[in-house]
Amino acid sequence: MTPPDTVKQSRQMQDDGPAAPPLPQAAAETLPGGTSARISLFRDNPLVRWLMDNPIWGFVLIVFVFFSFASEHFFEFSNVQNILVQTSTIGLIALGMTLVMINGNIDLSVGATLALAAAFAVDVQSWAVFASWGNWQILPAVCLALLVGIALGALNGFIVWKTGVDAFIVTLGAMLGIRGLVFVYTGEQSFYAMNFAYSDFSVVSVGPLPVLALIFLLCTLAVHLLLSRTVHGRNTYAVGGNREAAVNAGIRVGPHMMINFMIIGFFAALSGVLLSTQMGAATPNLGRDYELWVITAVVLGGTKLTGGKGDIIGTFGGVLAIGILRNGMNLMQVPAFYVYVILGGILIAVLFLDKRFNRTANGGLRL
Amino acid sequence: MLLDRLKAGGPAIARQGILIAFIVFMIAFTFMSDRFMTADNLMSVFRQSAIIGVMALGVTIVVIGGNLDLSVGSMLSFATVLVVDLHDKIGPELAIPAMLLATLCLGAVNGFLVGILRLNSLIVTLGMLSVIQGLVLIYSGGQNVDIADQQGTWFAVFGRGAVFGIATPIVIFGAMALFFHVIMTTTPFGRRVYAVGGNPTASTFSGIPRSRVVFATYLISALCVGVAAIMLGSRVMGSQNNVGQGYELQVLAAVILGGTSLLGGAGSVLRTVLGVLMLAFIQNGLILMGQPYYTQWLVTWAVIIVAVWLDVAAKRGRLLSPIA
Amino acid sequence: MTDALQRETTAPALRLAGIVKTFPGVRALDGVDFEVMPGEVHALLGENGAGKSTLMKVLAGMYQPDEGRIVIGGREVRMTTPLEAKEQGVVLIHQELSLVPEMTAAENIYLGELPRKSFGRVDWRTLHARSDAILERLRCKFRSEAVVAQLSIANQQMVEIARALTVDARVVVFDEPTASLTDAEKVVLFDIINDLKAQGVGIVYISHRMDEIFTLSDRITVLRDGQYRGTLETALTNEDEVTRLMIGRSLDLSRDTTPVKVGETVLAVRNLTCEPHFEDVSFSVRAGEVVGFYGLVGAGRTAIAEALFGLRDCASGTILIDGKEVSIGSPERAIGMGISLVPENRKEQGLVLQMSCRDNMTLPQVQDLTAGPFVSSGAEIAIFDQYRDRLAIKTPSWRQPAGVLSGGNQQKIVIGKWLSMQPRVLIVDEPTRGIDVGSKSEIHTLLRELAAQGYAVIVISSEMPEILRVSDRIVAMYHGRITREFTAAEVTEDSLVQAISGVAATAEA
Repeated sequence: MTPPDTVKQSRQMQDDGPAAPPLPQAAAETLPGGTSARISLFRDNPLVRWLMDNPIWGFVLIVFVFFSFASEHFFEFSNVQNILVQTSTIGLIALGMTLVMINGNIDLSVGATLALAAAFAVDVQSWAVFASWGNWQILPAVCLALLVGIALGALNGFIVWKTGVDAFIVTLGAMLGIRGLVFVYTGEQSFYAMNFAYSDFSVVSVGPLPVLALIFLLCTLAVHLLLSRTVHGRNTYAVGGNREAAVNAGIRVGPHMMINFMIIGFFAALSGVLLSTQMGAATPNLGRDYELWVITAVVLGGTKLTGGKGDIIGTFGGVLAIGILRNGMNLMQVPAFYVYVILGGILIAVLFLDKRFNRTANGGLRL
Repeated sequence: MLLDRLKAGGPAIARQGILIAFIVFMIAFTFMSDRFMTADNLMSVFRQSAIIGVMALGVTIVVIGGNLDLSVGSMLSFATVLVVDLHDKIGPELAIPAMLLATLCLGAVNGFLVGILRLNSLIVTLGMLSVIQGLVLIYSGGQNVDIADQQGTWFAVFGRGAVFGIATPIVIFGAMALFFHVIMTTTPFGRRVYAVGGNPTASTFSGIPRSRVVFATYLISALCVGVAAIMLGSRVMGSQNNVGQGYELQVLAAVILGGTSLLGGAGSVLRTVLGVLMLAFIQNGLILMGQPYYTQWLVTWAVIIVAVWLDVAAKRGRLLSPIA
Repeated sequence: MTDALQRETTAPALRLAGIVKTFPGVRALDGVDFEVMPGEVHALLGENGAGKSTLMKVLAGMYQPDEGRIVIGGREVRMTTPLEAKEQGVVLIHQELSLVPEMTAAENIYLGELPRKSFGRVDWRTLHARSDAILERLRCKFRSEAVVAQLSIANQQMVEIARALTVDARVVVFDEPTASLTDAEKVVLFDIINDLKAQGVGIVYISHRMDEIFTLSDRITVLRDGQYRGTLETALTNEDEVTRLMIGRSLDLSRDTTPVKVGETVLAVRNLTCEPHFEDVSFSVRAGEVVGFYGLVGAGRTAIAEALFGLRDCASGTILIDGKEVSIGSPERAIGMGISLVPENRKEQGLVLQMSCRDNMTLPQVQDLTAGPFVSSGAEIAIFDQYRDRLAIKTPSWRQPAGVLSGGNQQKIVIGKWLSMQPRVLIVDEPTRGIDVGSKSEIHTLLRELAAQGYAVIVISSEMPEILRVSDRIVAMYHGRITREFTAAEVTEDSLVQAISGVAATAEA
């Protein structure tokens, strides 16, 4: 396939493969002389296929079993609840990041947005205008915080749409700038929630589930349905998989990407609000480096950085993997230092394994 | 007519945009504070920008080769902690080479994973960022390190000394910038880095050992981090174990501001110097104007977006993106 | 076949009148007229740069004409997006497939027009029912739930065609549809085109392949330099007349039969095997001769070239240079042994488009063009000048980025790059793909000249006239094996076609 005359502006950062990807196709016809039939039977088993397409869940299983034996407190219901709550912060944002990355974009500003939303949520409660509202003062605070997240997401999306600057750069700048806004707004102070109902929220349970875990699970389900069952969700794959084809098919790519940025902005804000209920406070350095963990979870879950591929089930698996590892190592009293090394190592290992097993790169060419 | 002429000259102007913006900022700051355009102040800015600057040189070369290096921040923590700690244990003469060797090993791991295994550099260096941070914590046991005898060691010359009256960091930064500029523009190696970044497939088809070239770029980046660590450790005479946290993004911002494309195959070391200085002067100018230190981030946000927007607009010939 | 009388009385499905389209500095279309009748196959011909692509993009709503009218079904229309064009019944099947690889065929077919239920949900049942119906109409054997990335190129093309049929198309434009198809797959495509024809759809067929055009089309329109040159009845014309319209002169397609002195065997290959691409391949090339490799797409020819250039590992077999066995582990080693490869895809494999022409040309040897540790600009420019003159490369300066040159000139830069390495063996893979007829002829002459100068040349091509024109010997391949070797004297078109189609020529879609 001959690529268009101008060098294609693609976000492929040195990922292996030719510069303008020709469509992948079925492997070249093999010469006569049978390959082993046993291997193909193994591959045809639907469970095995699913695991090979979503290897992160195999990992989750292994790690879950490992810690169940290695630590006596791991395999308890209260601990599972803990894991869900602990991972909900990163997990919620990862839902939005999945959408954005399938689109072929990325958002590095989520940590800063989280901090700004948390600051708004805690601060607005104590505004004089709401003084007589009692516990209801929480409502406008949370709404405003969520709006802030959506607005910042819309801003990022709008800039990416109209200027054509790559999302990496736009959100890199936003990461710095929004953090600046956080410091301007908080004046380098931490905000403390005066209303106990706010911080009590974090320990509420709905039946057997902590409300934070419930929110996380419901949102996961909602985004999963959005991505797999709605037109907007399917278009997300189209825009990320072949942007030109999407444009030519009449999909309005600009507003589409902006909506996905607004979704991730919303989740970053939601995560900030929920985090501040757990802490009873909002600090100006909240959320630093969170974007790295989010991206790690999403990539572990099988979403490709180049766009067009990924899903919420995989992301959920990635989030759980990180959560189980941290929780398990904590219970085993492994010093926090080692967590960094292990998580970084797993991320690299996953990349490596994905490359080994998922394609005969370049049809066997030693490029 | 004039509009047409402006439009025709537009792309050329936009390509020099960063230089023009730089000059505009300098003029603006000179007016807004009379302490700005003084020799003392300028020298101070140059000196403070040296650490980020040296690291940005290495990252620029990696980016021209078509990759990213997000691990430089935690690598800086690692290297600084190492050299400061070893300084008291085996003396600076041995500590410096030992640290450089260790840092080069880390760079070699990056180079191996990205250059030879061909894994995605964003994710790999993100993972290494985490791994190296963990290594630092393990090595230091979570403690900060200090040099005991801070006045009596010649190690201070790197961060605090002067060569012919100019602060040593400035000399080091300037010399390395020139050195790498020459390498990238006049040697076969530099030509190959541009080729591999511009079209890795065609480079292989032209007989260029793509893996070795990429590997080398990561070694260079690690070397730059090592030099930066020497300057940093020498100046502060101690180190917290997360001293480099966040540096990778400032370095990347400087590279982007300097006009180097993250896609690879284009860009220049000298322009990165301009990007570094630009960031440093924004910070300096705002502080002199009495602004709190975080105002610079807001200004940087705007500057990055506008600068890259104009660059992209110049290349495609229209201001707004044609996407519907 | 529609005939002239029938055409007098029916309204055209589509008419373009006086279309003008300019881009900065170039008048791409200069008052072009074009019409398609319902049920007609109308071929559009012209050299690269003649304006065919631009005309079709105007037709498909991707460009707006500066002047001129577009009349569809009797009504004048303005189409500002491809979607509007599709609503008018005009669909373009692109040369570069515009599909989303990780989505299913159904989702691709209805891209941008997914049937909806409430709340923005996709109506999967309707989607799959409709897609399956279209795929059946196209005699496809795969279901609409198949992921496009896992389909063969021919099937992917079917999905692209299916995209066109989600509306009642009046006009379907095929742009170089057979570039990557095997002969069997081409037959299926032609059947579909004839089906559409029978249903009254007007077909525009853009191709360089004269044999296909003369098989399929009813009329032929020729463009040259953005201008309309004429329309011919296919049944009443011949290749020479069409070529003359295209380039203004007749092409001498005969072989240069001056005898060439053939030297020693430079390259010999024995029983080379590289699964799954080729097996048990043996041949030799002598200095002073051109050996042509001919075969269908996927026969294994490019894989052999890649193996010789160190890009592929071979399980077994030997390669001998000047009689000595060698092991070629990388392109560097191959170059060191005097082997050069002009690759199939000049933009992806042959050039770094952002780099200057000169830097592209000196890339493989830049480490040897040094004065001390520095690259010698003078030496580089000398090489560039030498081959620019020798190959007649048109570019205002060596600083021009290679990406702005025309296809023919780009190919010449790649050829110059490898000639400057003074190779013993020069392998050229698809030397004139996508190049205008004039440059094509120059390159053929050049290849013969190289042989005369003592190079050992291997040419890989999918165009029979080209292979016949340049080769001294022809190696025919089928499914990874060499089926027959011919000398130029003994080869005939029929025997060649037979040799590359395998003994049992059953169609495998």
